[in-house]
Amino acid sequence: MIKLIDLKKKFGDTWVTNGVNLTIPDHQMTVIVGKSGEGKSVLLKQMIGLLEPTEGKVLIDNVDIAQVSEDKLDIYYKQFGYVFQFAALLDSLNVYENIGITLLEAGVPKATVLPIVEEKLKLVNLELDTLYKYPSELSGGMRKRVGLARTLVTNPKIILYDEPTTGLDPITSRVIHELMFDMQRRLNLTSVVVSHDVEIFKYADNVALLHEGIIKFFGDAKTIWESQNPYIYQFIRGLADGPIKTDVAQTQVK
Amino acid sequence: MLFTIVDAIGCITISICDGLGLFVLFFLRVIKTLFYTRPKLSKWLVQMEHIGVDSLVIVILTGTFTGMVLALQSYIGFKRVGGEQLIGTIVALGMIRELGPVLTGLMVTGRAGSSIAAEIGTMRITEQIDALRTLRLDTFQYLVVPRIIAGIFILPCLALFSMICGIVGGYCICVYVLSLSPEDYVTSIRTYVELSDIRGGLIKSTFFGLILTWVGTYKGFYTSGGARGVGIATTQSVVSSSIMILISNYFLTKLLEQL
Repeated sequence: MIKLIDLKKKFGDTWVTNGVNLTIPDHQMTVIVGKSGEGKSVLLKQMIGLLEPTEGKVLIDNVDIAQVSEDKLDIYYKQFGYVFQFAALLDSLNVYENIGITLLEAGVPKATVLPIVEEKLKLVNLELDTLYKYPSELSGGMRKRVGLARTLVTNPKIILYDEPTTGLDPITSRVIHELMFDMQRRLNLTSVVVSHDVEIFKYADNVALLHEGIIKFFGDAKTIWESQNPYIYQFIRGLADGPIKTDVAQTQVK
Repeated sequence: MLFTIVDAIGCITISICDGLGLFVLFFLRVIKTLFYTRPKLSKWLVQMEHIGVDSLVIVILTGTFTGMVLALQSYIGFKRVGGEQLIGTIVALGMIRELGPVLTGLMVTGRAGSSIAAEIGTMRITEQIDALRTLRLDTFQYLVVPRIIAGIFILPCLALFSMICGIVGGYCICVYVLSLSPEDYVTSIRTYVELSDIRGGLIKSTFFGLILTWVGTYKGFYTSGGARGVGIATTQSVVSSSIMILISNYFLTKLLEQL
């Protein structure tokens, strides 16, 4: 279980997250939503150790990660997988090398790696003929699936998705959402998804709304449309009026 | 007013110390990675090809033409005092002790050092380095160490090519353009050039290989600010490496002289 306690992150003079308290339930899909620039990706990166919190704690299985020595950190972080917004595939490697990179770097023979890579490729519904293609030859949706397959090779228990459907058309977005949902159920994973896409609520268990550096709402995704919390009410309906101030709303008021 | 000036000086000093500290820590981490992780020989060889083999043509060209110019210029001077038979010594010593290693260092900085900074910098801004970290891969073992090792081993080889080409270029000018005796050219080299000269040149180029890959990987690794940031990192990498090569050349020459 991941628990964030009073988590704060400061860049220069700006507090991006300013006291986030959030518990991510195991084996469920939790979606974090919020306006652009609210620090959702920063929050995700603090969970996996890519960014160090300025203040506060990240507890993984009730252990404060900041107190763990560097050589033992791997034990905790190995449970995580991270799917990047633009997949972050290594552009000098082909799909096979990208997916199998952790095994190849560990010295596992290529003959052993190939069937594992093929299995993961099938799991994300990609054809085997993509195996030797380079990232530049793939579409946005295919890249994201390769990114997910690369993460699955490490057999993570928790997968963090950073805006997995940004820049994708609605059909491909739906395919990606279903794939995430399918992975989560089939592999009994814990998923944390940062997204702007309200369509993901159909597949999620919980929704958290990040605003002004803190969690303003946390609740069941299935009943989200009935929620009267003013923040989530405004956000999911895309209303200009409400407690969440937007540039557009301010312009209209003027 | 005075407070502002003192404040500005303080900020600049802190920023310089910060940068230098990070630069040194970066290198210490390279050493730690080198000794505590499994060496990736295949990656070292790939980088040696990229830094070394791919730079061979420009190194040969600059070496040859520098040797030719050196022979021509020496001829003008030596003709006035009647010492044309010493042109070979001047060309060989110049190429072996100074021009071979320095020109190779500068040319490879322009070609490979910039490419290292740009490649790693692009990987940084497109989150590829973060992706490696989330996969629990050692980014230093994967990206930095192979390039630095390749630079250290391949630069002396390239410098050797540059030295040989420069001497051959000088020979061609002396014999075929200036119609001087080929025996004089070869004899003067054999008589006055010592093995320690070659050793010194190779030691220098080893250091230059370290400098250009260290600076290139460091600038690339800490790139920020999108495509513009990659451009800045690349430029800074070439400028810093070139300056460091020229400054260290003086101190290395002084040091090697005393050995």
